[in-house]
Amino acid sequence: MKLRIYVTLKPGVLDPQGKAIHKALDGLGFSGVNDVRAGKLIEMDVADGTDDAAIGDMCRKLIANTVIENFRIEKVAA
Amino acid sequence: MKTAVVVFPGSNCDRDLAVALEEVTGTKPAMVWHGESELPAGLGLIALPGGFSYGDYLRSGAMAARSPVMRAVVEAANKGTPVLGVCNGFQVLTEAGLLPGALMRNAGLNFVCRDVALKVENAQSLFTSRYDAGETIRIPVAHHDGNYFADADTLDRIEGEGRVAFRYAESVNGSARQIAGVLNDAGNVLGMMPHPERKIEAAHGGGDGRRLFEGLLELVA
Repeated sequence: MKLRIYVTLKPGVLDPQGKAIHKALDGLGFSGVNDVRAGKLIEMDVADGTDDAAIGDMCRKLIANTVIENFRIEKVAA
Repeated sequence: MKTAVVVFPGSNCDRDLAVALEEVTGTKPAMVWHGESELPAGLGLIALPGGFSYGDYLRSGAMAARSPVMRAVVEAANKGTPVLGVCNGFQVLTEAGLLPGALMRNAGLNFVCRDVALKVENAQSLFTSRYDAGETIRIPVAHHDGNYFADADTLDRIEGEGRVAFRYAESVNGSARQIAGVLNDAGNVLGMMPHPERKIEAAHGGGDGRRLFEGLLELVA
């Protein structure tokens, strides 16, 4: 089973990287960019039938730092 | 006092810490590799060094916090053994859940490497008894991810409990409330971004860091 796990900074947590990307886009002359937030995408292949609780545990214990980050798990259709 | 320095792949301040600890305690610290599952008995201090453990993969300190030796460090910390995390060591302690909050990319995005002024907020901890409350000291920083973050409730709580050991007395990295060093609730775990081991003798430009180790030695030994 293939998973895509999106890790994003919680709202309100300052994202200097996103700000730098935003500035660079402005510098390239793209107008109308209101905000940029950078996150991570983790692709995983896990055994079929791995239960959701275990996947959630993996995210909370390692993949995301829930002090600053949220995560969203997406199961990719085979 | 017996001490140990934990060495992760990518640590690079482990030898600086070892030199500082030997200088102050008169005994060479045990260097403990991250793959070990046990620490030597009778330690007066476990020190987690600066560096780029596991190449800062995933998040600074994230992988190191899950390495085998950290289970032993958490167990020792919970039993009251003093634990000091410097720079990457501070990041590891937050990732391991021994300290609240998280360390994020510096607000200015630059790697900051220079002496900074720190205000001693709590001069009564195991680590800070040789300082005066409110005193300004100078200790170097060298980090990219030193921007301390915690939610407002957590910040209020740790401030109220006297768990902010040091604050930056100048603008450094965007840390919430200028926090540079944090204690756990029992007071035996300190994480700080500045490097006290780099200020232990006159040749380093002062001994403001040395006093941290001396204070600990006096209270623990």
